[in-house]
Amino acid sequence: MQPSLHYRIPWAALMFLAAACVPWLGSRFYTFLATDIAILALFAVSLNLLLGYTGLVSFGHAAYFGIGAYTCAILMKTYGVPFALALIAGIANAAAWALLFGTFCVRSIKIYFSMLTLAFAQIVWAVCFKWNSVTGGEQGFSNIPYPSMDWMDALPLLDGLRSGDKFYLIVLVLTGVAFVLLQRVVGSPFGRVLTAIRENPERAEFVGINVRRYQLAAFVMAGAFAGFAGALFGIFNRGVFPDFAYWAKSAEVLIMVILGGMGHFWGPAVGAAVLIVLNQQITAYTQYWPFILGSILIVLLFLFPGGIIGTLSAGIARVRGRRDA
Amino acid sequence: MSLSFLLAQSVSGLTAAMFLFIVASGLSLIFGVLRVLNFAHGSFYMLGAYAAWQIAQWIGTFTGSFWLAVIGSAIAVALLGGVIERLLLRHLYGREDLYQLLFTYALVLILGDVARVLWGTQQLTVSRPSGLSGSFEIFGTVIPYYNLFIIALGPALAIACWLLLSRTGTGRMIRAAAYDREMLAALGADVGKLYTLMFMAGSFLAGLGGALVTPVRSIVPGMDVDIIVEAFIVVVIGGLGSFWGTFLGALIFGQVLAFGILILPGFSIFAVFALMALVLVVRPSGLLGRPVKG
Repeated sequence: MQPSLHYRIPWAALMFLAAACVPWLGSRFYTFLATDIAILALFAVSLNLLLGYTGLVSFGHAAYFGIGAYTCAILMKTYGVPFALALIAGIANAAAWALLFGTFCVRSIKIYFSMLTLAFAQIVWAVCFKWNSVTGGEQGFSNIPYPSMDWMDALPLLDGLRSGDKFYLIVLVLTGVAFVLLQRVVGSPFGRVLTAIRENPERAEFVGINVRRYQLAAFVMAGAFAGFAGALFGIFNRGVFPDFAYWAKSAEVLIMVILGGMGHFWGPAVGAAVLIVLNQQITAYTQYWPFILGSILIVLLFLFPGGIIGTLSAGIARVRGRRDA
Repeated sequence: MSLSFLLAQSVSGLTAAMFLFIVASGLSLIFGVLRVLNFAHGSFYMLGAYAAWQIAQWIGTFTGSFWLAVIGSAIAVALLGGVIERLLLRHLYGREDLYQLLFTYALVLILGDVARVLWGTQQLTVSRPSGLSGSFEIFGTVIPYYNLFIIALGPALAIACWLLLSRTGTGRMIRAAAYDREMLAALGADVGKLYTLMFMAGSFLAGLGGALVTPVRSIVPGMDVDIIVEAFIVVVIGGLGSFWGTFLGALIFGQVLAFGILILPGFSIFAVFALMALVLVVRPSGLLGRPVKG
């Protein structure tokens, strides 16, 4: 067998190109779906930096999604800050809170880490829910403006696209950049150290790695990218609500990661896409989506703990093994 | 701030605390022995409430009918818990915490919808038992007898559980399992049976709490999520797996909620979450919890 002949198909680049064509399908619905998927895929991949790569089970990742969303939305609507600055502020604010909360969280281990992340996330939720004068409280913070996208008309091909389509292209480029950055992080020596910590924290400590500091760095990074996703989602959704930071949202993104498979970089993105499409299809027929989601989750936990990607790659490996034998 | 107002607030805080204690003690017992943080505990509480209503509908009203409904629903919930533990949860022991957490979360989603299908979304109420329907007045504050009963029941239940845990053979086994389950299994104890028993006992307490709360609060969808968040805070403040810690946590929670309204109007939920985070930061294993083993 000559592995060098197995050239790798650049799936990610192909997917990006395919996704870039969506606005020209001419359907508002497809653009809507694709935007939703792109943003939540980033959210899920950011969580996987903790879950899959560092071995930290955060049950409060929605907090940073919510902080990013509120920060960006409030700056853009209340203070008229341009999108680019508001987005950066949203990411920075999410990272800052992740640094503060993470400092305490990484001192706990296992289930206690999960509980502490959940506790902090619920505080964020409670503040968003109650701080009427700034966040709009229970009613949420709506009518967030789109960023100015007139400059896009000057570009070839983009002239005359609907604003939803234009915003989708912005989201696609930004999330694309975020994915490249995240992939570099996990492939870097830093990412390798995180994996070492996941596999065996004691041994990592033994060889001189400051485990808590690395965990904290991962936590802040994951928080920053969650804030990135949140900021985009708030604008896409045209409104930010306390639910963004609620524990059900944290659970939802965990399910996306598990569904796609946390053992692979793109697993969570696949999970996000599948879950969103399923949700769209199923809620058209029944109001009992939670029941179906719970059932999917149970089947997954018991029968396919590796998720979609894990199950597929195990299957492919088995087929290849049979062929080579 | 009048005396009667203070009294009213502390009594309402105490009543809420005892309801919470009944539910949270089950959560804490399950965690202490099985090391599973059961998100579905709130769903069992909700099912306890609906089951009590359903049984009350079936058997009609007579002397003692309320108590029959309460006990019946707690037993029904305990049986459901036993079935879930035996058929499903059992297979996830030894897997990562994440799988157990998500499994119990899946139960929350499923049971919530099952309750919606079976009982609809309208509010349901159960009337107070005939013997405790009155109330009395002290310093200008009206206190229903039923609330007083709950305030007395909480400590009684706590002492009963404590005696069971500290004085009986089963209690010794339970404490041994909480301390070192491998060793207990190696000594020949049937740890599997003990786990099922504990899960049923915990579910029983959740169902009991749900059934007892029906005369005071109406039964609505969403009560499962509300209570699990509260019970969660209580056990975390007190120390997961610590029995008296749960009692202490419930007392603190009740009073903070009742008096937090005075200090930070509208922010009392924020106050309890902040208290929880503070406790976790200062003492990660809770006020009375054992330090975490690696």
